[in-house]
Amino acid sequence: MAFRLNTSPLNRKLLRDLWHIRGQAIAIALVIGCGIGMYVMSKATLESLQQARSDYYHREHLAEIIAPVVRAPRSLVDSLQQITGVAVVQSRIRRSALVDVPGFSAPITSQLISLPSDSSIAISDLILKSGRQPDPAHPQEVLILEAFAIAHGLEPGAQLYATLNGSRRPLKIAGTVLSPEHIYTIPPGDIVPDNKRYGVIWMQRPLLADTFNFRGAANEFVATLSHNAIEADVIAAFDRVLEPYGAIGAYGRDRQISDQFLSNEIVQLETMSWFLPPIFLLVSGFLLHIVLSRLIATERENIGLLKAFGYTDRAVAQHYLSLVTIIAVLGAIIGLVLGISLSRGMNSLYLEYFHFPALPFILPPAVPLTAFVVSLLVAILATFGAVRASARLQPAVAMVPPAPPDYSGQLRGLEQWGARLSPPARMILRHILRWPGRALMTTVGIALSMALLIASSFSMDAIRHMVDVSFNLVDRQDVRISFVEKRPASALYDVQRLPGVLLAEGFSAIPVTLRNGHIHRNEVVLGMDTQPQLGRVIDQNYHPVEIPTEGLLLTRSLAERLRIGRGDFLEMQLREGRRGLYSVHVAGIVESYIGTGAYMNRTALDRLTRDTHQLSGANLSIDASQLDALYATLKATPVIAGIALLNEAQHAFDATMQETMGTMVFFNTLFAALIVIGVVYNSARVALSERGRELASLRVLGLTQREVSFILLGELWLLTILSLPLGALLGWTLSWALTKSLDTELFRIPLIIENRTYAYGALIVCLATLGSGRLIRRRIRQLDLIAVLKTRE
Amino acid sequence: MSKAVHTHALTKSYGEGETRVDALRGVDIDVDPGEMIVLLGPSGSGKSTLLNILGGLDAPTSGEVVVGGQDLLTLSDNARTEYRRQHVGFVFQFYNLIASLTAEENVSLVTEIADKPMAPAEALGMVGLQARIDHFPAQLSGGEQQRVAIARAIAKRPSLLLCDEPTGALDSKTGCLVLEAIVEANSSLQTTTLVITHNASIASIADRVLIMGDGQIQEVRTNTQRAHPRDLSW
Repeated sequence: MAFRLNTSPLNRKLLRDLWHIRGQAIAIALVIGCGIGMYVMSKATLESLQQARSDYYHREHLAEIIAPVVRAPRSLVDSLQQITGVAVVQSRIRRSALVDVPGFSAPITSQLISLPSDSSIAISDLILKSGRQPDPAHPQEVLILEAFAIAHGLEPGAQLYATLNGSRRPLKIAGTVLSPEHIYTIPPGDIVPDNKRYGVIWMQRPLLADTFNFRGAANEFVATLSHNAIEADVIAAFDRVLEPYGAIGAYGRDRQISDQFLSNEIVQLETMSWFLPPIFLLVSGFLLHIVLSRLIATERENIGLLKAFGYTDRAVAQHYLSLVTIIAVLGAIIGLVLGISLSRGMNSLYLEYFHFPALPFILPPAVPLTAFVVSLLVAILATFGAVRASARLQPAVAMVPPAPPDYSGQLRGLEQWGARLSPPARMILRHILRWPGRALMTTVGIALSMALLIASSFSMDAIRHMVDVSFNLVDRQDVRISFVEKRPASALYDVQRLPGVLLAEGFSAIPVTLRNGHIHRNEVVLGMDTQPQLGRVIDQNYHPVEIPTEGLLLTRSLAERLRIGRGDFLEMQLREGRRGLYSVHVAGIVESYIGTGAYMNRTALDRLTRDTHQLSGANLSIDASQLDALYATLKATPVIAGIALLNEAQHAFDATMQETMGTMVFFNTLFAALIVIGVVYNSARVALSERGRELASLRVLGLTQREVSFILLGELWLLTILSLPLGALLGWTLSWALTKSLDTELFRIPLIIENRTYAYGALIVCLATLGSGRLIRRRIRQLDLIAVLKTRE
Repeated sequence: MSKAVHTHALTKSYGEGETRVDALRGVDIDVDPGEMIVLLGPSGSGKSTLLNILGGLDAPTSGEVVVGGQDLLTLSDNARTEYRRQHVGFVFQFYNLIASLTAEENVSLVTEIADKPMAPAEALGMVGLQARIDHFPAQLSGGEQQRVAIARAIAKRPSLLLCDEPTGALDSKTGCLVLEAIVEANSSLQTTTLVITHNASIASIADRVLIMGDGQIQEVRTNTQRAHPRDLSW
């Protein structure tokens, strides 16, 4: 056989050794593969998302500055164009309106955006996916966002109706589009997409301008920047120019909602890429260490023989290193294949939520290279000691069997404690005490895998908790309506008279700039009743907080970002109405898991704004049986710009989380379970190979299989049980670190780990131990009782 | 008087077809209760196979094998374990002590599961190791370790004591001490004892010497006068 002729005896031995420990080698390669797979998956998906985002933004000239105003002449474009750093400026009209799709009863909130009159100016260009551009001769022709069209089965030529400034107008769909501004489309105030209840519609400017009385005017300016522009300077200049027109503060891409969600996802992927893989690699390093140390121990005589024949230290070391290298490379290949296919899967999942023209799979060349280098490095570092020991073994020493391990130096105190134990129980205890380092490593290995299980499953607990708090403690309203323009307080009486309304609470929303020293943030202050029953705020103990008559309440995340605490003062600049500048004190810090927020008593806020029209919208509690009547009335009410249905939002949230988090949790759990099996099975397998002779001797002496199994598996179970509390602690720590590293502007993931998650981690660990135990018991049955009589250790 | 050990036409083959090896090819032996037998023979003669079958470690291919009135041919695996547990004491060439247990604990490993054992200290006393009962194997010499193994084997008061090359790993002087312990156990407990060796000089301590070759008993010698182990040397 050619293969044989080309293979040196040492290499043949290598292949046979590998075959001999194939079960363990595969288990280790799989653990390496999981770590590498996770790394490759997150890096490749990250690269794909980032590349797709930057290509898309670049190609379609996504606006870099967005400056909303109340109303300003279009001609301001020329002044804005003069600002240093501005490449192109465009004005547009953006309004919210309710839309009615035939056959869909619930009202749909939509954003209406004017199409540029001059198509040669390229800002936030749309990509036509079907149909054609609207015909100027037919002003009612519109473009709609593809996801919205798909959700309702709308095709070019179809018709929908919008309540525009009080009148119901038919709109004809000319085409469906993608927009770089709406890669992630969510209803205002929500956190997951709902393409059925929220849509974006691009209308021809003349109709929009005529309807909303915006002829020659605009309420939003968008701009791209030239190469060397400084964004902050341009934003400041925009704010100066637009201030007389009710500017509420220009912002850059980073505050654009779709980009914020995309960035949030990118942060999560980045965290994934460095957070979990090292744990997998650490565990595989530990496994390689114990397996190779044991292999070399059983090979003492062979090593002595090889050296006696004249093989050099280097050749011997190389021999064992090759074995480790093969396992590491196998692991890296498994990881690469796994990572690539998972990443492709993730890309298609992402395409359901992030509307890119395409999300091609990208694998940066550095990723596979890193995967191989890191796997090899871990493998070599983990086995360096054992390999060096094998190389240094003197032939004469190697060929003499090692002396029996000395147990005499053990703690006598412990011995007295264990005096009542049976000899097998004492064997277990002494074996652990004789090699405490290894027992500790096994315990930590099992504990780490349990920690991984907990850390990968706790997010479900955290999200359940977030949903519970957000929808049952904070936003208890069934419906939130927002008005087209601010309404007087008396409008609440009209709202209360709507069909099915059981309770209505008004709120005002005022855009402000909050400033603490050099830190400032544009936020919206919500003006609320003193003791709201529907839209509430809560403290860290989940108790509803009364809105104080003076001062601001800040969410913890906002307070942290402003570096301010309770009792401190900050500057609050109103960005609408009289635009006053006030010094307000922080009356309290409240909890919120989603976004940042500032709250104030509505009466206090009204005093500051001195506006007679204070209400921005209302929270409603509804009699469900009258929902359709309410919908019908709302659709026909001209002053209502948007409707959020909280139950629907919760369902959408649940469904999205089930799909995205559920998939992640499934894979993480699978990987973690694999680690448990890898650690437990390898530990048991090594223990069996070390003690096989002892156990066979006991079988010869008349101990039953059960009694002999107890000695081996008893130790494993003892270590497993010891690892459970440690695993719970490590799981908590790992989850805590995850919440910290995933803390973004959009989300704060609470550290909520339910008891059942701990129990689930412990159960999987115990099942893995049980499974490994079964495999080991089968081997105990196969122990060669006769060989043991004849062979020395 | 019924025989302690009886075999007739006992055969044992390994493998099939061309690779088939006949380790035992019709062995007939009868051993009286309390008799001391030495099995002599070169490597591959079948003596270990015979010992393994008598000890309930291996099943014969055909023939009769009855030990202490129990037919070993038909025993299940569990029944064979029970047979070893209650009736057989083993002494191995390489001692096979449990390194993590002291001398006394090594013995109690067996006494705890036997029906009518002697106290571990008594068994260790019989082999002259009272002073070393708290020592771990690593703290004992080879000869001492082997005597602990003998104490472990006899502590259950076995009806059959099987010793496979008990002095094979020891020098002559230590080997004699070990043989003394075996002879002492044989005479004081009236335990039927089979000792395998290829050291012919040990044969003189036996009542009878069975010389094996090619899977069969080739010769049986009866010692009219048993030698005392301390008079031996090799």
